[in-house]
Amino acid sequence: MGFMDKLKSKFGKNEEATEEVSTKYKEGMKKTRNSFSGKLNDLIARYRKVDEDFFEELEEVLITADVGVMTVMDLVEELKMEAKRQNIKDTEGIKEVISEKLVDIYYGDDDEEIEQINLQEDNLSVILVVGVNGVGKTTSIGKLAHKLKQDGKRVVLAAGDTFRAGAIEQLEVWGERADVDVIKQNAGSDPAAVIFDGIKAAKSRDADVLICDTAGRLQNKVNLMNELAKVKRVIEREIPGAPHEVLLVLDATTGQNALSQAKTFSEATDVSGIVLTKLDGTAKGGIVLAIRNELNIPVKLVGLGEKVEDLQEFNAHAFVYGLFADLLEEEED
Amino acid sequence: MAFEGLADRLQGTIKKITGKGKVSEQDVKEMTREVRLALLEADVNFKVVKDLIKRIKERSVGQEVMESLTPGQQVIKVVKEELTELMGGEQSKIAVSDRPPTVIMMVGLQGAGKTTTTGKLANHLRKKHNRSPLLVACDVYRPAAINQLETLGTQLDMPVYSKGTDANPVDIAKEAMEQAKAEHNDYVIIDTAGRLHVDHELMDELEQIKDTVQPDEIFLVVDAMTGQDAVNVAESFNEQLDISGVVLTKLDGDTRGGAALSIKAVTDKPIKFAGMGEKLDALEPFHPERMASRILGMGDVLSLIEKAQTNVDEKQAKELEEKMRNATFTFDDFLEQMGQVKQMGPLEDLMAMIPGANKMKGLKNAQIDEKQLSHVEAIIQSMTKKERLDPSIMNASRKKRIAKGSGTSVSQVNRLLKQFDEMKKMMKQMTNMQKGKKGKGMKLPFNPF
Repeated sequence: MGFMDKLKSKFGKNEEATEEVSTKYKEGMKKTRNSFSGKLNDLIARYRKVDEDFFEELEEVLITADVGVMTVMDLVEELKMEAKRQNIKDTEGIKEVISEKLVDIYYGDDDEEIEQINLQEDNLSVILVVGVNGVGKTTSIGKLAHKLKQDGKRVVLAAGDTFRAGAIEQLEVWGERADVDVIKQNAGSDPAAVIFDGIKAAKSRDADVLICDTAGRLQNKVNLMNELAKVKRVIEREIPGAPHEVLLVLDATTGQNALSQAKTFSEATDVSGIVLTKLDGTAKGGIVLAIRNELNIPVKLVGLGEKVEDLQEFNAHAFVYGLFADLLEEEED
Repeated sequence: MAFEGLADRLQGTIKKITGKGKVSEQDVKEMTREVRLALLEADVNFKVVKDLIKRIKERSVGQEVMESLTPGQQVIKVVKEELTELMGGEQSKIAVSDRPPTVIMMVGLQGAGKTTTTGKLANHLRKKHNRSPLLVACDVYRPAAINQLETLGTQLDMPVYSKGTDANPVDIAKEAMEQAKAEHNDYVIIDTAGRLHVDHELMDELEQIKDTVQPDEIFLVVDAMTGQDAVNVAESFNEQLDISGVVLTKLDGDTRGGAALSIKAVTDKPIKFAGMGEKLDALEPFHPERMASRILGMGDVLSLIEKAQTNVDEKQAKELEEKMRNATFTFDDFLEQMGQVKQMGPLEDLMAMIPGANKMKGLKNAQIDEKQLSHVEAIIQSMTKKERLDPSIMNASRKKRIAKGSGTSVSQVNRLLKQFDEMKKMMKQMTNMQKGKKGKGMKLPFNPF
């Protein structure tokens, strides 16, 4: 029971806080869990023997969860070896190994530290938010601003999306909701200039955190990616060591293209973490595993609903717990 | 990153098969596995893939692939045909109501691009159909969504009906209809708030709007980058609202867009338009066939096949085949065949159309030299009739003469003779293998793979 024990002991460390987090995850991820874990259980019940057919169907379950095809192939290959090595013949026995492998893919050699938002103790921290169109950048910024404000931070937002109609106004509404200042220029102005203003304002107002919004852009538009790189350079020049976080916002419903997004945005802006949004739908969010596995970028925040408090710090244990809650509960019985 | 197209994926398998002369069931199985992976990597839903693969396998095991000399091409062709059929024909018509205004309702998940598409569609209606649409801002939930539509309205110089964020979307839609009638707008495009397909409350709201305005079209706006979940989304929206068509957005990105196939398969509703950019004129009719190629990531391989099909005269090919069978293939036939290849266009262009050609051994750094081809041509043309029919009579003085006549060297002549000899041997082997097995076989005497 190595894996289950490990997981439980992690939860045991800080029970109250964990309880709350995992309830939230369990709720938000209910659909994810139901369909994914449910399918896994179906599969295990249907097949007694661990054979080719079983592995083929397991492959499909994972692919349906939007885990990258290559990640799935590797995983299944490893599982086959493991089953052989441990001489596992019945599907009940392999259940444990499946969960363990999935968790391994996510964590690698790292621990929870990778999930923390990197904030400076005393100085201004700059967070740059990037992503393709319609993933929820502005909404996530609004929620994050609210969260940081709740934590007692002084927050300033910079309205760097000067392109999309209504984007500045949208950020202003979020600014009002979270009760934080929004630095803006007119629509159509140079985003780097807006961010520059934002830095000046954040400094003079002695803010703790500056969150920079940018316009959504498809990663294959070279000009727009260069523009983004320029924005980052302006931040670097004004504050050594900044930006302290470059967050790529990803829509959980996105398929394999999310890998391409993560890769290209990293090339332009050196992405340090991912905000996975819209995880409250039926999308499985399996892409997280693929991105961690193939690009080694951790998820830092997840969007679990439309309310302002529905942005949660990513907790891989809770995430995995959410995915495998059914399995864990069965273990306890 | 493993993101190759089908043609690239098939390279390995094809290499194994090339020269085998016959494709086994096992080979077909391997190829269909590659097809399956390519489709899954393109985000086609796995259930849809399963059905497709079943049909592709059935057709592939049959004669049309297994007895072809170019099984790789044939598999791709079969896959493409199946995909195109599933995607359906081109349909970018928009309904026109007998009693104006014609009402279009835009629905979809958050961030799919409904508001932008609303603006683009209005622009399209005015430009292409000379209509005067009224835009209706029913997204009262997302901050500044109304503002966004109003800005688009200003950019397009078109009226936008809005009542702020406190009004009920159903009432807004209803009142907008009255205004459209009064102002003689012949189209009304209703922009609704993005919502999750599992949010019953908000889905019911859409149904109420639908009941109130009785739309002529309900467009589901879907992000082309959507993964496996596209099936659930499309199914839910269609079940509850009976959508009339789909607009696929963000197709100017580098996604394969397998979602298109999934949506079509589960809803059987046409994908009518494609969003191709951020500007307001970047809305195009959707081309199902192009989408099929895109999903497969196979570039121009199809145009290559088409070229080969149109340029190689069926009758000539049959005669050639006959000659190969009887091993009476001569330099004259060789010349003729070269002419056919040349007709297809510059060789370099042809090579560029073959995916993975640059990976092939021997072709890697070989500059495709059109000159070399003309040298070969010149050598053959410098032969006498007798020599062309029976190269075995070739001796040193004949070779010297030919080299002189064609402006080449004796060693070049020797090389060609040797190559020709090997080619003939190979043909003989293949025909031997085909014996005892009827069928059309060997359609294309040259094999680009």
